[in-house]
Amino acid sequence: MLLIPCPWCGPRAESEFACGGEAGIVRPGAPDAVSDAEWADYLFMRTNHRGLHREQWWHAHGCRRWFIVRRDTVTCRIDGVEKMGSAGAAP
Amino acid sequence: MQGAPAMQRYSIFSLLRNALSHHERWQAAWRSPEPRPAYDVVIVGGGGHGLATAYYLAREHGITNVAVLEQGWLGGGNTGRNTTIVRSNYLWDEAAHLYELSLKLWEGLSQDINYNVMFSQRGVLNLGHSLQDMRDIHRRVNANRLQGIDAEVLNAAQVKAMVPILNTSPGARYPVLGASLQRRGGVARHDAVAWGFARAADARGVDIIQNCAVTGIRRENGRVVGVETSRGYIGAGKVGVVAAGNSSVLAAMAGLRLPLESHPLQALVSEPMKPVIHTVIMSNAVHGYISQSDKGDLVIGAGIDQYAGYGQRGSFHVIEGTLAAIVELFPSLSRVRMNRQWGGIVDICPDACPILGKTPVRGLYFNCGWGTGGFKATPGSGFVFAHTIARDEPHPQNAAFSLERFTSGYLIDEHGAAGVAH
Amino acid sequence: MTQPARLRHGGRINRDRPVAFTFNGRQYLGCEGDTLASALLANGVHMVARSWKYHRPRGIVGAGAEEPNAIVQLGEGSRTVPNARATQVEIHEGLIARSVNCWPGLEFDLLSLNGLFSRLLPAGFYYKTFMWPKSFWRHYEHFIRKAAGLGEAPTERDPDYYEKFNAHCDVLVAGAGPAGLTAALAAARSGARVIIADEQSEPGGSLLHARESIDGLPAVSWLRRTLAELAAIPDVRVLARSTVFGYHDHNFLAIAERLTDHLAEDRRRGPRERIWRVRAKQVILATGACERPLVFTNNDRPGVMLASAISIYTRRYAVRTGNNAVIFTNNDSAYATVLDLLDAGVRVAAVVDAREQPRGPHLEAARQRGINLMAGSAIVDVRGRRRVQAAVVASLGADANGLRGNDTTVVDCDLIGVSGGHSPVVHLYAQSGGRPLFDEGLAAFVPGPAVQTQRSVGGCRGSFALADCLREGYEAGTAAARETGHDAAATLPPGPGTLERHDYTLRPLWRVPDPPGHARGARQFLDLQNDVSASDVLLAAREGYHSVEHVKRYTALGFGTDQGKLGNINGLAILAQALGQDIAATGTTTFRPNYTPVTFGAIAGRDLGDLFEPIRLTALHAWHVEHGAEFENVGQWKRPWYYPKPGESMHEAVRRECHAARNAVAMMDASTLGKIDIQGPDAAEFLNRVYTNNWHTLKVGQCRYGLMLREDGMVMDDGVTSRLGENHFYMTTTTGGAARVYAWLERWLQTEWPELKVYLTSVTDHWATIAVVGPRSREVMKGVCGDIDFGAASFPFMSFRDGTVAEVAARVARISFSGELAYEVSVPADYARHVWKALMAAGAPHGITPYGTEAMHVLRAEKGYIIVGQDTDGSLTPQDLGMEWIVSKTKDFIGRRSFARADTARPDRKQLVGLQSADPALVLPEGGQIVDRPQWTAPVQTTGHVTSSYFSDALGRPIALAVLQSGRSRIGQTIYVTLGDGRVAPATITHPVFLDREGKRQHG
Repeated sequence: MLLIPCPWCGPRAESEFACGGEAGIVRPGAPDAVSDAEWADYLFMRTNHRGLHREQWWHAHGCRRWFIVRRDTVTCRIDGVEKMGSAGAAP
Repeated sequence: MQGAPAMQRYSIFSLLRNALSHHERWQAAWRSPEPRPAYDVVIVGGGGHGLATAYYLAREHGITNVAVLEQGWLGGGNTGRNTTIVRSNYLWDEAAHLYELSLKLWEGLSQDINYNVMFSQRGVLNLGHSLQDMRDIHRRVNANRLQGIDAEVLNAAQVKAMVPILNTSPGARYPVLGASLQRRGGVARHDAVAWGFARAADARGVDIIQNCAVTGIRRENGRVVGVETSRGYIGAGKVGVVAAGNSSVLAAMAGLRLPLESHPLQALVSEPMKPVIHTVIMSNAVHGYISQSDKGDLVIGAGIDQYAGYGQRGSFHVIEGTLAAIVELFPSLSRVRMNRQWGGIVDICPDACPILGKTPVRGLYFNCGWGTGGFKATPGSGFVFAHTIARDEPHPQNAAFSLERFTSGYLIDEHGAAGVAH
Repeated sequence: MTQPARLRHGGRINRDRPVAFTFNGRQYLGCEGDTLASALLANGVHMVARSWKYHRPRGIVGAGAEEPNAIVQLGEGSRTVPNARATQVEIHEGLIARSVNCWPGLEFDLLSLNGLFSRLLPAGFYYKTFMWPKSFWRHYEHFIRKAAGLGEAPTERDPDYYEKFNAHCDVLVAGAGPAGLTAALAAARSGARVIIADEQSEPGGSLLHARESIDGLPAVSWLRRTLAELAAIPDVRVLARSTVFGYHDHNFLAIAERLTDHLAEDRRRGPRERIWRVRAKQVILATGACERPLVFTNNDRPGVMLASAISIYTRRYAVRTGNNAVIFTNNDSAYATVLDLLDAGVRVAAVVDAREQPRGPHLEAARQRGINLMAGSAIVDVRGRRRVQAAVVASLGADANGLRGNDTTVVDCDLIGVSGGHSPVVHLYAQSGGRPLFDEGLAAFVPGPAVQTQRSVGGCRGSFALADCLREGYEAGTAAARETGHDAAATLPPGPGTLERHDYTLRPLWRVPDPPGHARGARQFLDLQNDVSASDVLLAAREGYHSVEHVKRYTALGFGTDQGKLGNINGLAILAQALGQDIAATGTTTFRPNYTPVTFGAIAGRDLGDLFEPIRLTALHAWHVEHGAEFENVGQWKRPWYYPKPGESMHEAVRRECHAARNAVAMMDASTLGKIDIQGPDAAEFLNRVYTNNWHTLKVGQCRYGLMLREDGMVMDDGVTSRLGENHFYMTTTTGGAARVYAWLERWLQTEWPELKVYLTSVTDHWATIAVVGPRSREVMKGVCGDIDFGAASFPFMSFRDGTVAEVAARVARISFSGELAYEVSVPADYARHVWKALMAAGAPHGITPYGTEAMHVLRAEKGYIIVGQDTDGSLTPQDLGMEWIVSKTKDFIGRRSFARADTARPDRKQLVGLQSADPALVLPEGGQIVDRPQWTAPVQTTGHVTSSYFSDALGRPIALAVLQSGRSRIGQTIYVTLGDGRVAPATITHPVFLDREGKRQHG
């Protein structure tokens, strides 16, 4: 039961949240302009990083905001959070 | 063969003979050789799948200059952490054929490798709790029968007769309406599968090298030439990667991306008790599955944690949910106690089916993405992966499980309808 | 019924409160305060169990969680508990306990024959045999399973209930021994919020039997004073009978508190157990240490006990564990037991000390009392079967791996106390993610660096002297409190000062040499519960099972209910020695939760039965119940399935309901549909992106059907959305998909399109929706609503009007999921029953009939309308469903790009079709697969299946929907549907719309 520091509500139990997985996956701006392989990369391929990575969380049973958590996938240690659209934050 | 001593046969007679010498004369089940500079084939990952691959490379294809590299101890990944369910009642033809190939191998495996893997065909029940569950069960059972896979639909009374302690009351929150039954399904002793394949592969000359972590995959001109390891560089004509829980990490070493997310999956056992459950019972609707081992422990699979994790540990509330499901299904087990829990790392694929085949790097093959269901596929996976590596082309039974399917859209969606991805 | 081995004085039991209990059918008396183990010992009962594999007689070894042998079945019937540890069971009036895993009984156990064959049953023997003949495994296994397990699971529903508390604290202290108590005291004095939990019936740990004094007070008096001080401080919670059993990520710990099992059944009130789910800012582990056994031949005989357990039984429970003792040790701590025995008047025949030159403060004290000290020696064998009769002592060689000569001395005794040193209880530390390190000086694993905000103090960090425990605890408590912003402690009096230090010199002795003439390691037990001996570990090492994990799995070492708290460390040391490597390199197996077993029901808590999943009911639910509805679970909802009249079958009821909808008027509670209120200047653009069709063209007052895809192009949901205003839409989703769709929309809005000004609100529960369906529906509506013009042209299909229905402000939409003229009336949920009844009344002259989901399914199937999740399975595109008409070619939307992929663009994909059964009486089975020929032999490629199938009242025959490869081009062909039992049924492929393909009825 992780303790997720919601940037809007403060630390809350993981059971209030839904994890959206890897952050920073950008939808091609012009889908028709990309190849099937590039589209597949967007759709399915993941970095699945072992170590510190950025991931999306949704405070489903709280403020219902999506935000980004920087978390180590080995130790579960949370390094920090970002609000959506904050400086430099890719979704 | 590379001078491995003839394998000592296991039987009641060898057991008797060795008892006379106080069991002081048993040979090692496998050697622990130093890695050689190069092999024809290097298998990365000493779990059941990797060891089976090495065994079938030797047995089916005569390729014995093979090393299996294991970063920790044999069978220490998901092989030794799963709930040991074996079945082949998958929805889609491609998956059903792959798992059925495996199930047929299971049926003769102990004799084949001369190691009792205790494959126990005590039947697998998949419970249906809603009208849609039952539609899905009928669909899957009918599909299985078309593939020659044993499958039948039971009503609630028939389920109750098989599992008297199951709560089949119509007043339950999600009452049991019926189930599918695969009688040939069951459980096996997971460690024994790794050990038995290791011993049998070793006897055919395969080098099994533990505590040897792969840190790089060396390529030249688009072709794999060897692997960097914690024990030095090892040359390889071909490299087969079967490293569940680390697939993406190894893929990245070869510049590849995979459609995988690695998640914690937990399981737990009760204290050992006199057997009360004689079959395998799985329920997707209430998220619980259970069997009872030959030692008497109830073996219970929990759900997947929602976040990616390589830590082999998950969250407690997942265990809470799982035990609520178990007590909901089996109210008399409420006073039984949970002895131990543990976690594995499952590589989740978008269609809940594995990736098993060639990669854009020549001579490099990947076998990954089994999610929560890899154990049952162990012999079959090894069999077709060995074929793929030996012939540089997939076996008919794994042709559909290519990485290419994610580009073409030919997904084999095993959680779409049946949702029985364990 | 006296208690022959009860000491006359001392102990913490209440001699004035005798407690009657039953063990193996015999009545005994114990005292209030006894455990089952201490009460049995007080009655002179030593042999209490049979071992799992060889069924050897076994006695009580320990006094707590480490006990491997004394496993009993408690109680009978629905309240029975399997595998209870007698050392942790508090006796109460009427307690019934019996030994497990023996037949017919403990004294005479037929399965002890296994012991005769023990040489045939080494570790892993089953991997090597039972393979011939091939088909016989099931027969072999049948017998193996007969021998499986210890206790028996209850077979009746648990009459008790369980609950959970969530708690937050500054400092959680696990263990209320001396270190834990001073930690809690320091933190509490600092003003921190403290929870301290201890697994025993009362706090105190080793203080409950300690010989020492603290601050000039006997230990138990100091304990009383300290507990009183803690009790007086607010924000301190002391939990007894509470085991911290799991240490998870982010300092989340789980505690199991046992509330009623120690009480007589008629005194039990409230929940049986409670799980505390604690989030602690700081954690202090003070879980103490386990005494380590010594591994010698026949070390499992009843009467061989841990020295510390003897002290506990003697001083805390006032039990004489024997009359003539031999103590076998490799360190000083067991001499305290010698003193305790002498104080209790027990003869100590000899003290066998592995050390060449034993020393230590307890030894010195014992020496003054006169003891027969056999230094540099070891017990190599035990005589006696059901009870120790003598110890066989020999002189140890210089390196302890062999004996000095073959001479042995036989010392008669009925009790052997052993101490092989101490193993810090590092379980929780390891569970927190830490890696224990091997300390050569202590010959023990101790905690390494903390990985969470956690400290280990006292015995669990390898500090075995009481003075160190008290000091470390106080310091850690102070520091932990300070980290949480409470540092008042600095000004408070220093912690309790104290007494002499231990001299912890120990001669590691992992395995005593075999007695002359014995096979290596045979019957030298490491894991008493699983009958794992040193020879098993040596065999594993010989056979190549070199990892400590392999040894555990090959031999079952540490797999018991005690999880190897005693002998695991000996096993891995023996392995290390066999492999010629040091213990640190060999490492430990992973310490996993739970520390001790925890009841399933407690972990499940209240989330059972109706609370297993929330039950969602519509505002009209009571009406449905009153009118005899049968219900169907749809997601979390209970939906009326059909409304049988007395004596009516489901088939008859559904036909009647369908008949009313097609020929008169019927109504249905459609409130479970997901409803999302969508507002904002970019709302239309947003819908344009998430639906396949165009939404900019929808006018205010109109409704439109929408299909939602996943990004891979597959259908995920559908529903009708209305435009309430220029910037205001009202979306409906499928019942089961509501939450998923809402989350999906929010995600796209917030993460992908933050530039869109759109706001979503789930309003599913705010509105009740009633569908009024059938050719007479217009008349019914007119009867309850005077302010809407229901003219066919003025209120056309796919539009809505606001008005007043039965005096309630309502929105009336002219939409249809049945193909009939139909209206959906939405009112605030609180008015639902009133409006429903008004509609029923207005419809009565027309024969209005309530209908359920089954009739709804039939009506929509007659029209070829899909149900997402029934006719689709996540692998079908709109084109597959014949819904190209709803897919815009002029804009992008989620999933569109995926249509162009090779497989998705294939012409021979599965397509939605209709099926007409050749047998007019046969409703084809849903889930039946489609084959081309009536005879087939496996394997046959699957090409499609029946998704929906009903008897159509309107058509007077069965209809079915199916998905079938290239189905649309095969209309008219005959196929065969498998019936699941080898038979097939012929059917003709048809267009999926069976009724009114032109849609005249809904436009009427």
